[in-house]
Amino acid sequence: MRVPVKELKVEERIKCFDEVCLGYSEEEAVLEASRCLNCKNANCVKKCPVGVDIPKFIEFIKKREFEKAAEIIFKYNSLPSICGRVCPQEIQCEGGCVLGKKGEAVAIGKLERFIGDYVLNNDIDVFKKEPKKNKKVAVVGSGPAGLSCASNLAILGYDVTIFEALHEAGGVLVYGIPEFRLPKEKIVKKEIENLLKLGVEIKTNVIVGRTVTLNQLFDELGYEAVFIGTGAGLPKFMGIKGENANGVYSANEFLTRANLMRAFLDEYDTPLKIGKRVAVIGGGNVAMDAARTAVRLGAEVHIVYRRTEDEMPARLEEIHHAKEEGVIFDVLTNPVEILADENGWVKGMVLRKMELKGVDESGRRIPVEVEGSDYVEEFDTVIMAIGTVPNPIISYTTSEIKINNKRCIVVEEDTGKTTMEGVYAGGDAVTGAATVILAMGAGKRAAYAINNYLSNNNN
Amino acid sequence: MYKIIEKNFLAENIVMFKIKAPMVAKSAKPGQFVIVRIDEKGERIPLTICDYDRSLGTVSIVVQVVGASTCKMAKLNQGDYILDFAGPLGNASEFVNLNEEELKNKKYLFVAGGVGAAPIYPQVKYLRQLGVYCDVIIGARSRDLVILKEDIEKLGCRVYISTDDGSLGIRGRVTDLVKKLVEEGNTYDEVVAIGPVVMMKFVSMLTKELNIKTTVSLNSIMVDGTGMCGACRVTVGGQTKFTCTDGPEFDGHLVDYDEVIKRQNMFRDEEVRRMHHTSECSCF
Repeated sequence: MRVPVKELKVEERIKCFDEVCLGYSEEEAVLEASRCLNCKNANCVKKCPVGVDIPKFIEFIKKREFEKAAEIIFKYNSLPSICGRVCPQEIQCEGGCVLGKKGEAVAIGKLERFIGDYVLNNDIDVFKKEPKKNKKVAVVGSGPAGLSCASNLAILGYDVTIFEALHEAGGVLVYGIPEFRLPKEKIVKKEIENLLKLGVEIKTNVIVGRTVTLNQLFDELGYEAVFIGTGAGLPKFMGIKGENANGVYSANEFLTRANLMRAFLDEYDTPLKIGKRVAVIGGGNVAMDAARTAVRLGAEVHIVYRRTEDEMPARLEEIHHAKEEGVIFDVLTNPVEILADENGWVKGMVLRKMELKGVDESGRRIPVEVEGSDYVEEFDTVIMAIGTVPNPIISYTTSEIKINNKRCIVVEEDTGKTTMEGVYAGGDAVTGAATVILAMGAGKRAAYAINNYLSNNNN
Repeated sequence: MYKIIEKNFLAENIVMFKIKAPMVAKSAKPGQFVIVRIDEKGERIPLTICDYDRSLGTVSIVVQVVGASTCKMAKLNQGDYILDFAGPLGNASEFVNLNEEELKNKKYLFVAGGVGAAPIYPQVKYLRQLGVYCDVIIGARSRDLVILKEDIEKLGCRVYISTDDGSLGIRGRVTDLVKKLVEEGNTYDEVVAIGPVVMMKFVSMLTKELNIKTTVSLNSIMVDGTGMCGACRVTVGGQTKFTCTDGPEFDGHLVDYDEVIKRQNMFRDEEVRRMHHTSECSCF
């Protein structure tokens, strides 16, 4: 049995934005580490997108040599406090753990988080840098892909500048994932500052494509290569009647107001309006984040999803947390119209029942409308969490960058090389919305590809 | 941090700031805007670019005091700093993509309502530098609220004024002047109207009758200004568009103005509450 991790009690946590999972103490971490069998041909490592040497760092935790454990992790992953918290470990490292076959997998994520937090709390210097190469590389976007690419390039000796459109670095880590899953001041800010010790510079308020173009980065500002990690931040809407009524938010807007702008705190200027009954449309992690945020703002919250709970793309842990906190799940249900009052405010939705029939090419069950099943339910806020697509600002303003029909940047798979000379890309901008750690893996691969490119490009 | 190089009151509650922001100044084009955050606890507010000087690296913005944030901003002075100043955002005006040959024989009519004279200014300036014919109408409640009149006149175009109380120019609305100019035999290839939504709505209704192409610039509620949230969405020609990335300028004859007005009022209660929280506004 895995060593349980302490959590804030439900009645306490629904009244605040404090982190729900409290993490392991030293004793608990050492005890949990002792469960690891230290496999020779470890499956957990193969399933980690950045290939962290998991058995090795766990061996050091067993021996209470936390600094050495940190050295191992940071060779592969520059943001362990963040990844330990938000990775879907059950389908990655922990999904590969042999112990999971008969019992519970080793809590690799919680152990990684423990070491990451240990580094932040004890101010440990973890990076070993190669000599300076005196070559400049620009990284566009300061989300997980950009941060990972930048830190790997800095370790390789490059002068790296990150350009970020918003006023704060972190991408989805600061505007998307809520405080109660990933604390901003205590973890995200500190982990990014730690990374800046490598000499990486972050310029905020720069929208590449508008403030400065890709071509200007090369021709006027002297960068020799560029990495694009601009993510998939453009929200999708359903295209149904009434969707522009007041009180209808995209999950991105709702979460940005709450997380980045701290709208839930009185002393901050950004407003966030929420009614008594909130419907969140969608079944992914973003839907759970929006629903649990709305709970903390005092609303009765419904998840409205067109398939069943089994098909939900959200992590099991998140669905579980949402239910514990009182979120009501209306499954096999799809909105067909949003109703507004005479002042243009949401007053309800016309909902239609669905049933699952057969499977599509990807093996997912297909929701089909049940005829004549329409009914009206009252809501005063609706949050659309049905997915996002890449932002087109760069591809619109730089014709050399090719995109596919899903607006994703076209790259060579192994290297992240785009159709423009010296420009690489990775993360959600290439794949569409995926996970933090996949973006970090892509950023890292691109860093090595850029190193190859600039080493062979004898200038 | 972005330094305030100059501050001028254009009217009782309308302030012009010249801000040091070389990267924005270098790329700014007529029609674009910036997003500003005053301090750590501030909100992000969109403001139109009124002028820019690439050699000095400055951008001028005009702020009308309408709520807590703009009030806080109006209290800042020369030498103070603004925490965040992001831009230029949005698309440049359509005519920026036309060459001199294409612009040579065109005639433009600009219609500014109140503080809308600020975003009109860089557009007229751009066109006049290429020698393009422009007439300009400025409308305001009274003469004290007519801004940038002399600056626009200096660009070498005819300027017509209307005020609600008749204290300057004709007594009436900007639409009365549009009608008058057309009736007097003036012809225009395009009308550009910027101001309160109601004014843009009525100008568009009139020009639709007169069959003149009309462009409006929408000032929707925004958060990021880069297309990631959809707070600024509007219906144009039956389709949902994001003002920040698809606009801010749209075909005036296709905009659903009633929806724009409703959406602008989305946080009105919160705004009012915050105005009360903020110790009485005494910026003027």
